[in-house]
Amino acid sequence: MARDQVRVVVTGLGATTPLGGDVGSTWSALLAGRSGIDTLTQDWVDTVPVKFAGVAAVDPAEVLPRPEMRRLDRAEQFALIAAREAWQDAGAPKVDGERLGVVVGSGIGGITTILAAYDTYREKGWNRLSPFTVPMLMPNGSAGWISIDLGARAGAHAAASACATGAESIGYAIDMIRSGRADVVVAGGTEAAIHPLNVASFAAMRAMSTRNDEPQRASRPFDKGRDGFVLGEGAGILVLESEEHARARGARVYAVAAGAGYTSDGHHISAPEPSGVGGQQAMQFAIRDAGLDPSDIIHVNAHATSTPIGDEIETHAIKEAIGGHPLVTATKSLTGHLLGGAGGIESVFTALTLHERIVPATANLDDPADGIEVEIVSGEPRKLPGGDLAAINNSFGFGGHNVAIAFTTH
Amino acid sequence: MAITEQAILDGLGKIINEITGIPASEVTPEKNFVDDLDIDSLSMVEIAVAAQDEFDVEIPDDQLKNLKTVKDVITFIQG
Repeated sequence: MARDQVRVVVTGLGATTPLGGDVGSTWSALLAGRSGIDTLTQDWVDTVPVKFAGVAAVDPAEVLPRPEMRRLDRAEQFALIAAREAWQDAGAPKVDGERLGVVVGSGIGGITTILAAYDTYREKGWNRLSPFTVPMLMPNGSAGWISIDLGARAGAHAAASACATGAESIGYAIDMIRSGRADVVVAGGTEAAIHPLNVASFAAMRAMSTRNDEPQRASRPFDKGRDGFVLGEGAGILVLESEEHARARGARVYAVAAGAGYTSDGHHISAPEPSGVGGQQAMQFAIRDAGLDPSDIIHVNAHATSTPIGDEIETHAIKEAIGGHPLVTATKSLTGHLLGGAGGIESVFTALTLHERIVPATANLDDPADGIEVEIVSGEPRKLPGGDLAAINNSFGFGGHNVAIAFTTH
Repeated sequence: MAITEQAILDGLGKIINEITGIPASEVTPEKNFVDDLDIDSLSMVEIAVAAQDEFDVEIPDDQLKNLKTVKDVITFIQG
């Protein structure tokens, strides 16, 4: 380690995604190469150029009681479901509420609530709005609900950095534990934005794939034929814990959350800076923060969204920051892009990749684009060797946010 | 024809169950929303919003705060 500081470990994982309603089903679908993307059946698809998405495999209504369904925005529902799974997975640790924190954000917030509430307001008037409209639309709602559910009183925070939100939340959680503010922090990201206005708005940026005739082939990071990202929804949540606290209670440890690196491009509100230096430095800072050497990083779960502009730049950044040796994968090829949830679920995947020593394959990589400078795992998952391993999860967001989280096996 | 007390009680039971998870069978006329059913002020607003739609009545805010028991709501709806 670079500094004498508290080590943070991952002791619980939770997820609800287009691939499955929990971590187990999501992870096995990912390793099997099953896509979570499908054609949308709503009438509104006729009004937008994109007619498919990665809808959550298990609807929250199948999991949550009706009173909670009424009071929580869909993004909050995903977050609460994933947080409860992660908490149980961690063995429901006995921890003083004053030592338990939450950092869970969303890229967009309760957008479906806002839009439905506006319809209600216009059609029926203000006094027909749910009194929970504000707590449903506020982007910190998930953090608040999880803190209530778990009795967490060390602070509940909500990062907002678009598609870097989930990773940024995990970075903040590491800092909360290192700084002594908490022993255990529940952290990650969530999103529920499959709504015609979102689809139309991303389509207006020309950012989305329109491969409507082959939805499961549409998310194809690093491939020459890629034409945009595919919208997904869901949440990924981790329980992070000081190593001392985890060891004292004999907790299972998936991985060490060894460090975080952040930069901002200061360049363009949505386009990546062409040299990739922002992403490169975020990885370098994460490696340094973790006390690692670039040669230690054997795997990168790339941000790689399948937009034409970003994927090659990221491989260049990986090559510059780490070298040509890491095995890189883009799990968005099967989950779609969970926006604010992406860094959460992809950190879950990175921790599992180290724990189970297997790298999930990137789907749909038929014809790698020119300018891919690193090795992409495609076709079949790749086994990792024994011994001490380290990996990085990258997440980049509109606004120029670059976040890299480093995980290690030991 | 005016709606019967029993029909209102059944409708309220269904609404309160939907909103709070309290079994409809526990929603009886003498129950106080705060003391007996542990319903907070936001949930009371939710119930009022749903009741207004269900029974086609207006419940103004200054009336809502006077509706302490299930019976109070039934009486109000019966007008």
